[in-house]
Amino acid sequence: MSAAAPLLSVRDLRVRIAGSQILQGVSFDAPATGVTVLLGRNGVGKSTTLKAILGLTPAGSQVTGEVLFDGAPLLREPTHQLVRRGLGYVPEDRGIFAGLTVAENLKLAERVPDPDYDTAYGLFPELKQRSRQRAGTLSGGQQQMLALARVLLNPNRLLLVDEPTKGLAPRLVTEVADVVARIAETVPIVLVEQNLGLVRRVGRDAVVLAAGTVAYRGPIGPLLDDEQLTRALLGVGSHGRGRAVRDTGDARAAVDARTAAPVTGDGGGGVRPEAANGQGTAQS
Amino acid sequence: MSTFILLLLTGLGLAGLYYLVASGLSLVFGLADVLNFAHGLFLSVGAYATWWAATSLPGAGSEGFGFVLAVAFGVVAGAVIASIVELVLIRPLYRRTIAQVLVTVGLSLAGVALLQAIWGADPRPFPRPAWASKVTMIGGAAVPNSSLLLAASAAVVLAGLLAFLRFTRVGLVIRAGVEDRAMVTALGIDVRKAFTLVFAIGGAAAALAGILAGVQFSVVSPGQGTSLLIFGFIVVVIGGMGSVTGTAWAAAAVGLLQQFVNYYAPGLGDICVVALLAVVLLVRPQGLAGVAGGAHA
Repeated sequence: MSAAAPLLSVRDLRVRIAGSQILQGVSFDAPATGVTVLLGRNGVGKSTTLKAILGLTPAGSQVTGEVLFDGAPLLREPTHQLVRRGLGYVPEDRGIFAGLTVAENLKLAERVPDPDYDTAYGLFPELKQRSRQRAGTLSGGQQQMLALARVLLNPNRLLLVDEPTKGLAPRLVTEVADVVARIAETVPIVLVEQNLGLVRRVGRDAVVLAAGTVAYRGPIGPLLDDEQLTRALLGVGSHGRGRAVRDTGDARAAVDARTAAPVTGDGGGGVRPEAANGQGTAQS
Repeated sequence: MSTFILLLLTGLGLAGLYYLVASGLSLVFGLADVLNFAHGLFLSVGAYATWWAATSLPGAGSEGFGFVLAVAFGVVAGAVIASIVELVLIRPLYRRTIAQVLVTVGLSLAGVALLQAIWGADPRPFPRPAWASKVTMIGGAAVPNSSLLLAASAAVVLAGLLAFLRFTRVGLVIRAGVEDRAMVTALGIDVRKAFTLVFAIGGAAAALAGILAGVQFSVVSPGQGTSLLIFGFIVVVIGGMGSVTGTAWAAAAVGLLQQFVNYYAPGLGDICVVALLAVVLLVRPQGLAGVAGGAHA
């Protein structure tokens, strides 16, 4: 990883939700520049990792381990204070307020006296035209833009962005990728993303989770160039034409098969049954 | 025709009373997920505080400005008690729903017992201005002024609440918090500060309800609040948790239904309200204004 001191340091993070151990000791660092991508199949705990860092795991869940943000421990602090310290969060389901207008959604997110509407509207001019529209009536892509614009109003030291391309049409995926790349020029990002095209374009370091632990840590290029390794860890081919295909297979079963020793890579990960797995998605 | 006008306006008066009770319940549940069974206590606190002020507080009384002062005293008392309840009893128990229900049920029982211990279980005559016991002729109907007062007060509170929710920053936080509380904190907002405020607003509205119920019935008794609370809950469920306007429509429906049916078939009105509740729960369980699936899924 980066030679400089990490901005975010996750040490042995364990999360237990409703009796099931979602994370079983996740450790990684995110440097103070560039995009660190959290990869892994559905249900391995990528979203849970972000939520645990922010203190947003459901009531009654047990979180242990240590998370250092610029050297200071985070895990016992209330969410709103972490965010005020410069941790911006864009959740997987966008987390916009459907009953509020676009302008109200943005206004709610203001946490400094001079919110940066120039940047937000500069990246997403459409939001300005739709400011009086109820956010619930926006398209998925527009909602994602609103969710991104919302964090950009404030100065952030680190952004945690969870699957910004989820459910978006290919044209919008490209648009979101452009925006993520531009944001990453000024703010470091920890990005959960399954679209390997986007990952290859914006990412620098990769952290691959499997069954609640870290299966790979290192630069993204070598990971994606090694097709067998990619298949073994992610269950998808990285050399397909154009955009990557999402693994919709039964993530848990797939993960169990190759816990701990993922690098032997027989390529079997590529042919998973295509059964939909709602539970896995919810936990990812 | 005059009977219809009379029933309409007294029904709206009853609706106003229900709305004042239910608005706080609905907001508190919508935002904080707290089922506050002690809400009825805030009614009694308001009524007894006003009664006490009208008889003992210098400057306050049962007529003119003195009455306004006594009412203000009761409303503030309701808001203060509600805030204290939130800070001391509810706040340590957030995310523990069963414990909250137990503590608020216990508090409502203890509160009623405390009022009985101090002022006795018998109803006491409530101080009310002379004009409140008179009637106004509207369209040939002699409408009690107290009903008009209730309906007008509820309309003012409704308008004030809507303006507060729409035009203030805290109002924005509350509306967003009703939809998705966790996401509000993820924007760097301490949503719990809004909880206390919502409790205070609910407590003030409930206290006003208790006071106006005292004016309407001309007596105040320790158990009054708790019996009104049942209809408050029915209104909240019919209207949809957390919706200020949904609660208003539901209160109007319940008040009018009860008044009209009770006139033609005494006693049947209350049963009809329960039947309405059952129908709403079967057909539209999220309530009139609720969103299917809801923000609390």
